Amino acid sequence: MPRGLTPQLAQLKETIEGYARGYGLDFFETVFELVTYDELNMVAAYGGFPNRYPHWRWGMEYEQLSKGYEYGLSKIYELVINNDPTYAYLMESNAEVDQKLVMAHVYGHADFFKNNFYFQHTNRRMIDEMANHATRVRRWVDKIGIEKIEDFIDRALSLENLIDYHSPYIRRNPDPRRAEEEDKSNERVEGFRVGREYMRGFVNPTEFLEEQRRKVAEEKERKKQFPERPQRDVLLFLLEHAPLEPWEFDILATLREEAYYFAPQGQTKIMNEGWASYWHSKIMTQKALRDDEVIDYADHHSGTMGTRPGALNPYKIGIELFRDIEERWDKGRFGKEWDECDDLRARRAWDRKLGLGKEKIFEVRKHYNDVTFIDTFLTAEFAQEQKLFVYGFNDKRNSWEILDREFRKVKSKLLTQLTNFGNPIVEVVDANFDNRGELLLAHKHDGQDLKQDYARETLKNLASLWRRPVNLVTRVEGKGMAVRFDGQSHSEKKVEL
Amino acid sequence: MSLKIHQDHGRFKQIVRGKIKANLRRYVQKGEMLGKRGKDTISIPIPFIDIPHFKYGHREQGGVGQGEGDVGQQLSPGAVQPGDGQQAGQGEGEHALEVDVSLEELATILGEELQLPNIERKGKEQVVAQKIKYTGVHTTGPESLRHFKRTYKQALRRQIALGTYDPSRPIIVPTREDRRYRSYRLQQLPETNAVILYMMDVSGSMGDEQKEIVRIESFWLDTWLRHQYKGLECRYLIHDAVAREVDRDTFFHTRESGGTMISSAYKLCKDIIQADYPSSSWNIYPFHFSDGDNWSADDTRHCVEMLKADILPHVNQFAYGQVESPYGSGQFIKDLRESVGDLDNVALSEIADKDAIYQSIKDFLGRGK
Repeated sequence: MPRGLTPQLAQLKETIEGYARGYGLDFFETVFELVTYDELNMVAAYGGFPNRYPHWRWGMEYEQLSKGYEYGLSKIYELVINNDPTYAYLMESNAEVDQKLVMAHVYGHADFFKNNFYFQHTNRRMIDEMANHATRVRRWVDKIGIEKIEDFIDRALSLENLIDYHSPYIRRNPDPRRAEEEDKSNERVEGFRVGREYMRGFVNPTEFLEEQRRKVAEEKERKKQFPERPQRDVLLFLLEHAPLEPWEFDILATLREEAYYFAPQGQTKIMNEGWASYWHSKIMTQKALRDDEVIDYADHHSGTMGTRPGALNPYKIGIELFRDIEERWDKGRFGKEWDECDDLRARRAWDRKLGLGKEKIFEVRKHYNDVTFIDTFLTAEFAQEQKLFVYGFNDKRNSWEILDREFRKVKSKLLTQLTNFGNPIVEVVDANFDNRGELLLAHKHDGQDLKQDYARETLKNLASLWRRPVNLVTRVEGKGMAVRFDGQSHSEKKVEL
Repeated sequence: MSLKIHQDHGRFKQIVRGKIKANLRRYVQKGEMLGKRGKDTISIPIPFIDIPHFKYGHREQGGVGQGEGDVGQQLSPGAVQPGDGQQAGQGEGEHALEVDVSLEELATILGEELQLPNIERKGKEQVVAQKIKYTGVHTTGPESLRHFKRTYKQALRRQIALGTYDPSRPIIVPTREDRRYRSYRLQQLPETNAVILYMMDVSGSMGDEQKEIVRIESFWLDTWLRHQYKGLECRYLIHDAVAREVDRDTFFHTRESGGTMISSAYKLCKDIIQADYPSSSWNIYPFHFSDGDNWSADDTRHCVEMLKADILPHVNQFAYGQVESPYGSGQFIKDLRESVGDLDNVALSEIADKDAIYQSIKDFLGRGK
């Protein structure tokens, strides 16, 4: 099992840590563990943790990682866990320059984990928590059997993206006015107060009163509805209202907790990798690199930064964007004056020597997530420089092709991809649909259809938890569509939206 | 060292096994062409196992890429990979998962799915080989088996205990008591020998498609018999009007244009059995594939005589597979059915197309002979 660092590596760690702190990075204590490639593959398969609940998915992950490594196709460099202390792994067989690179990179992540706004609510004792989850699930396995548990986990995982990614940051106070309001709703609708009786007909015309009455009635009706407002945290809704067995409840709650733990990492992938890459590059090239290590370093760094036409490399976009921000704030390329300057030559030579770059990127890493990061800082120049484009599938030619290089389209596509983590927004709308205890979900269509076969399978899984038929309202090729699964089979019908 | 993940890995393999079983009929049609073949394993592409989510279809979605190229330019195939789930959760789930399965495992699956009985081996299992296995370390033994490292350690330990070890002059002198020797045990391996004699008609009427069927079928026969017998030999005979023995590669790739005299093959088969494989210690499996066209009724009669007299008494099972071809008359299997069809060590099967391979394997191996 994992071993402590060799004296040489321990010293290296001290040095790199010193550099990192010297640059102003701020992180929890960081523990490196030395592992073999096999152990690293295992930990990576477990999503970075040494211990997870039993499930075949990890085995599949492990098989793929091991094969990739054995065939020399891929190699995991860094693996770091958001935890206090922060844990990271070093592969025994790596060369010293790689170990330095990994350490420098890890300190970047560690700083990000500790300081980024979106990580503030994550459990910093997640290693222990994951181990507890593993023990709990294993206990259920002992009682109920692996088949049943695994089957349930499969079904529950199918719903794991149905959480509200923003809910940890929203404070919902119990509303003290609620009780009062309820009283009010029983009052008669009288319209505005009228000082002079003869004005009544003008201040509160009959239509207006009708309208008000209708609203109140609607409000009352809505209160009878359940849930009152659409609920995006479907998992929570199921936990609170689905007729689950105790073990099902426990496991579902566990999976939900883990989904929330991982959510910020999905929300800040570009920033997080960009930030870590920015710092490994800085630390290595300015401080840690020995002359004889330059080639190896350059090789591995460029391997990480490599791009393919059909995929966006978060490391590359992230690091370039941070560098761009630094340069812009160093040179004062922001604000009204800059925005309004049309002279290309002046723009190119623009340098106000403000030197605010470093301060700015630290601020950015604190307050932004991928969506706001791209939205705020992705400029037309940057998109052009990085050769970004939108691609799509051409049905006629049956292949992917470049659709557009126009900045606005690139940016909007990118933002759509990142919003809600790239997941469609699906909410619980009615838990007593048709007055038959059926569950009604609505997909907030934003121009992209759901993958139909997957949606049907997911509905099936949902129905098995809700134990009553479930319905999904979505839009397919522009037309409203309700898909229903009644426990036996699927049915579809067109609906007006 | 065992890692925790091995449990999960085991579960995954179990699931994969289930998938292979469920799709076996499809894989059987592809046989050897399934995937890359290692020494004892074969990699099989199975449909990606994925957990369904509400998600966007990747095709509708498209995405943002980076690099050179004009608008309208096609991206090279494979350039667009479904996202890694972390980034955008947009996997299309259409890429296959390659899993390594050992041939042993594959045979077991085949056996379970086709409900093949285990083969009753002929005769007694004879002790044929003895194997030396080093099992431990003793304090006595021949000098040639002295275990240097253990001896050295023992001596070092003794010297340290006695206080005669000097780190600055680390000389170790082993005494008689320090010496350690490897000890072995003789293991007797029961060995059963089996040979498959593949015969194939390579006359003009056997086309590529027919040969491919034979090739796929032979892969599964190999796999199953290898599972049943340790130490399986294969011999390959081709024939048109004359027969000759060839290597495996030639067997599947030769095409002659001559006529067909099946008796030539049976004669060669008989000679090989007599020369190399005494039936008392060998399990013998001749498999013959042709399109059922023979030169003359006389030759067919000759074949049947040879079968009855010289081949059938010596072999575990004689199997004839008739591959349908547009040129063959398909007469031969009828003749065989009439003359030897009711003998219990004769298996006859008609293979119309690749779909029929599945059934044909059952015909051949279903009797546990």
